Amino acid sequence: MLKNKKDQKIIIGSSFKFGDDISTDQIAPGRLFHLRSNLPELAKHVLEDADPGFAKKVKPGDFVVGGRNFGLGSSREHAPLVMKIAGVGAVLAKSFARIFFRNSINVGLPVLICDTDKIDSRDILEIDLKKGIINNKTKNLKLKFNPLPGVMIKILNDSGLASHIAKNKGFNL
Amino acid sequence: MHKTISEKILSKHAGRELKAGDIAVVDVDVVMSQDGTGPLAVSQIKKMGFNKVKNPSKSIFFIDHAAPSPRSELSNSHIVLREFASQTGAVVSDVGEGVCHQILVESYTCPGDIVIGGDSHTCTSGALGAFATGMGSTDIAVGYALAKTWLMVPRTIRVNFNRRINKGVFAKDLIIYLIGKITSDGATYKALEFGGEVGSRLSMDDRFTISNMTVEAGSKTGIFPSDDITKEYLKSQRRQDCFKEISADKGAKYEKIIDIDCSVIEPMVCQPHTVDNALAVSSLEKIMVNQVFIGTCTNGRFSDLKIAADILKGKKVASGVRLIVVPASKDIYLEALKEGVLETLINSGAVVQSPGCGPCVGVHQGILGDGEVCLSTQNRNFKGRMGNPNSFIYLSSPATAALSAVKGYIADPREVLG
Repeated sequence: MLKNKKDQKIIIGSSFKFGDDISTDQIAPGRLFHLRSNLPELAKHVLEDADPGFAKKVKPGDFVVGGRNFGLGSSREHAPLVMKIAGVGAVLAKSFARIFFRNSINVGLPVLICDTDKIDSRDILEIDLKKGIINNKTKNLKLKFNPLPGVMIKILNDSGLASHIAKNKGFNL
Repeated sequence: MHKTISEKILSKHAGRELKAGDIAVVDVDVVMSQDGTGPLAVSQIKKMGFNKVKNPSKSIFFIDHAAPSPRSELSNSHIVLREFASQTGAVVSDVGEGVCHQILVESYTCPGDIVIGGDSHTCTSGALGAFATGMGSTDIAVGYALAKTWLMVPRTIRVNFNRRINKGVFAKDLIIYLIGKITSDGATYKALEFGGEVGSRLSMDDRFTISNMTVEAGSKTGIFPSDDITKEYLKSQRRQDCFKEISADKGAKYEKIIDIDCSVIEPMVCQPHTVDNALAVSSLEKIMVNQVFIGTCTNGRFSDLKIAADILKGKKVASGVRLIVVPASKDIYLEALKEGVLETLINSGAVVQSPGCGPCVGVHQGILGDGEVCLSTQNRNFKGRMGNPNSFIYLSSPATAALSAVKGYIADPREVLG
């Protein structure tokens, strides 16, 4: 859920833990290629090949927590998009694959780099996006995440790349 | 300042001097997407309020991932691309033309270009001395509309392939060996730049294979300097006019230099379910295969089909094994037809399918059953990649794939090529 709805700075939810090298094939599989034109339907299968029950269990504001190199593989923007549609509040990982990271910012899905060894499945997290702090309420532990590069903050503040370009009639980074 | 190839190309396209770590908006020369990423790019172009593409003749929509279409939903997505292209003058490369990355190098990419593509293997074009990288649909939509993108200039890892390649060992084995060494995120955000006494003598087909797979180490691009071999290739495509020589300056600053002694490299495989799970075929236990696939933007070129045919000539695919062959483009298809390569393959028991991505993406043309094992010449073996999360994908060179099809298990091609 979102506390402080006005500026949407704090997200509270439960974590779903995944391992290293979660690929875009596991997030939005190629066998469902035909559902890319029907994103709400594709979102019902989000992360299915990593955890078949995930789409049913996830609640708005919950977090996907990965290990190393989250989102490796294809350039499909549908991967972060369906996570966002399914209600995922943010993705936390030790590191991200490059294209997935950039796509997430472009679609307005927060991606946070932090030490995810300190988070277990079903831990309740409260994340302050502005201050850069993850409060693991279950473990009574505070974690920091790396701030985003300035250009990406500008894009996120404009609600993604398409809105940034439409608003500025081009790049204004 | 002494520059890497990436720093040179990006500086030129930004109109100012750039070094690794700088962020810049740059002009792009070629923009493309495919039938999996193109429809979303089209809707984002419209959402941003544009109804034109900036540079129609270098704005391409490829229909290759599901071509011909196996489902009505996908046929409708193809219609979206064809209609948008006909309204804007953008190019459609339609069913049967081939895989986007192969058509780009045959007909569009020039040395020194910036190429952005809605497909992670856009880095293939780096083999021609271009800065080529994959992005998502929204970035590509901006590229179509403005012929610009923003980039961080990557730090570069220089990889020198040295000494000599043994018989039975191919470019595919070199790149699998490298990825096994540096792992699937060993080059994240970085450019890989290739050279060395073996690297500088590799054929264009070999360079395409290596650049294609650089993203499997997380890299932003994988670049070869352009040279006489590049020039000859462009000449063979009747595109010699676009040749220019691009190489790194002496004294360019690299994050790291990796020297590889190719003479110690054996035929390699990637084991399920990651590309960096690399092992020499000789160290592998006996792995029976149900399907062998030779094709894709990694290894569906003429030289790949030719080596497979040389191994399969006069032999039969093992009983119970399906051998699927997909030429990467129409030109390759025709050449393989003319040279008798397809006839040899078909006589050995292969099924030859229309140019395109084939079964690599798990959409059609060879989806695996539960518990089945495929040995493929593609670039990726992630869980579920070929349409079934309960199947197992190994990756190898076309020579290893061809001999394995005959034997029925993953076999070392040095048995017949050594």
